[in-house]
Amino acid sequence: MFKYLKQLTSLVAMVAVLFTFTTETMAAKKSKTLKNTQKKGFVRCGVSQGLPGFSNADAAGNWTGVDVDVCRAVAAAVLGDANKVKFTPLSAKERFTALTSGEIDILSRNTTWTLSRDADIGLTFVGVNFYDGQGFMVRKSSGITSTSQFKNGISACTNIGTTTELNMRDFFNSKGISYEPVAFEKADEVVAAYDAGRCDTYTTDKSGLAAQRTKMKNPDEHIVLPETISKEPLGPVVRQGDAVWEDIVRWSLNTMIEAEEYGITSANADMMKTSENPAIKRLVGAEGELGAAFGLDNDWSLRIIKQVGNYGESYKRNIADTGILPDRGPNQLWTKGGILYVPPAR
Amino acid sequence: MNFKLKDIVPQLVTVIAVVLIFGFFTYNAQINMENRGIDFGYGFLSQESSFDVQFSLIEYDGSHSYFRAYLVGLLNTILVSVIGIIIATILGVIVGVARLSNNYLINKFAAFYVEFFRNIPLLLQIFFWYFAALRALPLPQDAEAIFGVFFLTIKGLYVPAFVWQNFNIFFYSIVAAVLAIIIIHIHSKKVQENQGKQIPVFLISLGLIFILPLLGFVLGGVRLSFEVPVLKQLATTSFIYEGGVSLPPELIALTLSLSLYTATFIAECVRAGIQGVGKGQKEAAASIGLTPNQVLKLVIMPQALRIIIPPTTNQYLNLTKNSSLAAAIAYPDLVLVFAGTALMQTGKAIEIVSITMFTYLTLSISISILMNWYNKKIAIQEK
Repeated sequence: MFKYLKQLTSLVAMVAVLFTFTTETMAAKKSKTLKNTQKKGFVRCGVSQGLPGFSNADAAGNWTGVDVDVCRAVAAAVLGDANKVKFTPLSAKERFTALTSGEIDILSRNTTWTLSRDADIGLTFVGVNFYDGQGFMVRKSSGITSTSQFKNGISACTNIGTTTELNMRDFFNSKGISYEPVAFEKADEVVAAYDAGRCDTYTTDKSGLAAQRTKMKNPDEHIVLPETISKEPLGPVVRQGDAVWEDIVRWSLNTMIEAEEYGITSANADMMKTSENPAIKRLVGAEGELGAAFGLDNDWSLRIIKQVGNYGESYKRNIADTGILPDRGPNQLWTKGGILYVPPAR
Repeated sequence: MNFKLKDIVPQLVTVIAVVLIFGFFTYNAQINMENRGIDFGYGFLSQESSFDVQFSLIEYDGSHSYFRAYLVGLLNTILVSVIGIIIATILGVIVGVARLSNNYLINKFAAFYVEFFRNIPLLLQIFFWYFAALRALPLPQDAEAIFGVFFLTIKGLYVPAFVWQNFNIFFYSIVAAVLAIIIIHIHSKKVQENQGKQIPVFLISLGLIFILPLLGFVLGGVRLSFEVPVLKQLATTSFIYEGGVSLPPELIALTLSLSLYTATFIAECVRAGIQGVGKGQKEAAASIGLTPNQVLKLVIMPQALRIIIPPTTNQYLNLTKNSSLAAAIAYPDLVLVFAGTALMQTGKAIEIVSITMFTYLTLSISISILMNWYNKKIAIQEK
């Protein structure tokens, strides 16, 4: 009897080892991107060429911003270290090709989620990390305080390769105003030309306007008009065809938002392990097996919260405290009057 | 059968290798696009583009097709290339001849110009002419009129527009003048070959090109008036000029930088060509009594051109290809409009890049063929 028991336990142990081994590799096998990322030891992330608050590099080459934090969250989840990210600055024109050709694995570059992009180009949008809308900036001295004061012949500076170009046409056409579009490849050149007086107005997403305004020679000379002419839900994008990777990126972002909802911050995350609330315990890895589905360990979400922080912390650090957009507007939790609402992590 | 196996085998291997490599790339692209759910096809060209372009030679707005947007970009590329080539050639020839001048000041100034402009990267020069020079220009409301009708402002150069009446009569009078000049040229050559007499062709041509159109004005009812640009206020501190023709500053900056840059290389070609003609040729021509003008026109230049044309063709090709740097300063050329905005809106990277590459290839080959034809025409014809 004792003999059999010994054999039985070894058999159970073997099966268990085999089973955990297979579950581990099942997810990794399913996701080539995850396997490659773990092999390389860093997450390859496409960002902007410098948009304060979203993705901007300092003199030492350290990237910060809410878009950057999405990639750092993924690195914390899959590699255990939020700093293991290789950032690739991309122009609006290059970004999708860089992603579909496999040069990067996440595109987190203030990119608007639209039907044609999602369906056509071989991309999948995984969520929204900033709700934005297109607006106009003008010189204060022009006396313009509303887009209703725009007249025929107005020249508008903008970037090529963005939804901005299309929205601008829709807007001016619907108002019956003739305009001169001046489209540059890089944001810095748009700002330089507008600042020099080449254009009467500068148009892009309102968050972008607020951020670029801080870069101008004299920010106080410019105002952003109150009208919003489009919906611009900005979010991270992955390649089509890797469902596990897509889920990892989606839930890394969702974790940050859900953590804010439950009041879990980078400072108190460890203490939250003893919380009474099972939802909180699941998020900090003290309950459930949420990571297994991705082929990750159970602390993946805890690492995100500890190393990157929740969404509110990221917003405050990058956008509010830098004076870009102190008011969170729609980017507030649904419980506080905003529209940030993510599916439950369970 | 004359050919040998060892002659054919290397050729055959090369062809097979090329086909295999292309096949591999095509296959690879196909597999990868299929895996990523990307469709391949040129059907998008007929779809509505829904974006506007700042400057266009043909009628275009966002309701036209992507193909029309492609044409807009292509024509803008050709426009800037043609203007650039003309200015660069004129400037290049002047500077090239000036480098051989005996006048110390002219000589050194030309040398300085060449060394300065050809040793600074073109993109930097484009940025300089666009951003630095643009900032120095006045706002429309502060612009001083040049000759009372031109306005050079930060938003562009505004020139009066021609308003024609009976333009077709004027046009035909020019065509008639050109035809007459060609006939006189052929006739004068015959007269010179047969009788040794020289007809003052240049003076007659000059007269014809002026007198025939003038007759059109006097008798044909051709009328020309000008529409001068007028300042219009958009907001308290924002103005534009209306009426007339406006040349965007992007076009001006691009043309200027491309011509100034390429002219340095053409100048060197011209200098090399003239220096390549033996000194004895000049002395021999002078000794049989030709005037210095005739020496240059009849003896030096025909020989120098044979040296000048082939490397200058390269420079024309370079200028055309370099015009794609336009994207940096918002000039809507083929790369910005088609390989930029259109690529972004459709996501058809492979299709659009292939079309763009093919277009530049066609442009370059056309220039080559034209210049080769000219080169052959002026080459030594052995009788």
